Amino acid sequence: MDPGELHLTEKERRARFEAAMLPHLDAAYNLARWLVGNPHDAEDAVQDAYLRALTYFDAFHGEDGRGWLFAIVRNACYQRLRKIRRSVAVFEPVESLEAAADHKPGPEALHLREADRQTIERGLECLPPEYREVLVLREMEGMSYKQIARIIEAPIGTVMSRLARGRRRLQEILTGETRKETV
Amino acid sequence: MNCHEVEKWLSAYEDRELDLARTLEIEEHLAECAGCSAALRKMEETSALLASAVRFPAPPELRRRFGAPGARIPWHTAPWLAAAASLALAVVVVWRYAPPAQHAPDLLERDIVQEHVRSLLADHLLDVNSPDRQTVKPWFRGKLDYAPEVADLSSQGFELVGGRLDYLGGRAVSALVYQRAQHVINVFVWPEAGQPDQAPQPHSIAGFNAVNWRSKGMNWWAISDLNSVELEELPLCPCFMPPSRTLHAATPPGMTRNPS
Repeated sequence: MDPGELHLTEKERRARFEAAMLPHLDAAYNLARWLVGNPHDAEDAVQDAYLRALTYFDAFHGEDGRGWLFAIVRNACYQRLRKIRRSVAVFEPVESLEAAADHKPGPEALHLREADRQTIERGLECLPPEYREVLVLREMEGMSYKQIARIIEAPIGTVMSRLARGRRRLQEILTGETRKETV
Repeated sequence: MNCHEVEKWLSAYEDRELDLARTLEIEEHLAECAGCSAALRKMEETSALLASAVRFPAPPELRRRFGAPGARIPWHTAPWLAAAASLALAVVVVWRYAPPAQHAPDLLERDIVQEHVRSLLADHLLDVNSPDRQTVKPWFRGKLDYAPEVADLSSQGFELVGGRLDYLGGRAVSALVYQRAQHVINVFVWPEAGQPDQAPQPHSIAGFNAVNWRSKGMNWWAISDLNSVELEELPLCPCFMPPSRTLHAATPPGMTRNPS
């Protein structure tokens, strides 16, 4: 095969990839930042994710590029978390993480309206990752339940119940409520 | 529905991810229950806070590497990573993509018959009850992500009765209701982008007659217990457009024959 032709094809492939994936850079970083919890690892996870996405770009058929990328970013994040041995908070079952609500903010945030940005950030960080990821995908990225289900590889019913519980839990954390729900 | 059940569905209700029947049940409950209404408001407040307040943009360094105009991803690091990736991540990117709105035809047909029967039996024929297209058309505004064409076909013997919201193929759709003699005709219409126009096809499903066609990116289904000959006289149906017009007419079929 003519090497020039091959080169051109590869170049075209990259151009297509960049056109499809680079517009989602901010969203990808935001998701990673919320999943891994710090800027440094988020940046590394996003770079990993983009390189993986390029590797597997042929498996992408042009629909819902953002969702496709998010699934890869999510996997890259969880892999990074495993690697840096912070997996405890990520892979333990939700039920054992009830204690997360103990990190609630001080009494200054007794009402939602008074919750400032920092309080919300802390509240969201306190949530178990299962809840955090669906909240980020829904509330910040506006994804449908069906899209979220594909990203987290879970049934739509699971997406629905995690969002419901996640929201309830976040409200409790933000308002300092102590109500205990059965999960 | 009681408060306990509503609490379970409220979050999905806020996200508009529930089917029509459940949505209506919840709305009914919310209208009379101050407690659940307050819970919904609180949930909406939390959502608004999350949506507006907290977002981390990609840091300038990452953006410079990837996103700046003319910049390119540092692909020179790709080969070794790709090799590692192919070992460790072969299962990572299983993207089970199923295009939305791609319904097996027989499943859709069954749904259409069910919605038709339900509309006749369950006393949910009409959400908006008017023979006036100027009333019916605006009623859909804000309830759907498209504006269905509503034609006055009374001169052709099809009286507009009204319309309602329905749920087909995983999405909310408009149902226009016409009547001829004592026969109710449900006309479902919804957009289906990227699909070619399709000439009308008659169907007979579970004792009902139906005809469907696609035109200008809109999918049309008319169903009734009216006999098939009369049903296909429905002037919305492009097969009965005057010969000068083609199936691929620039304006939705039927609309041009609208007397109004």
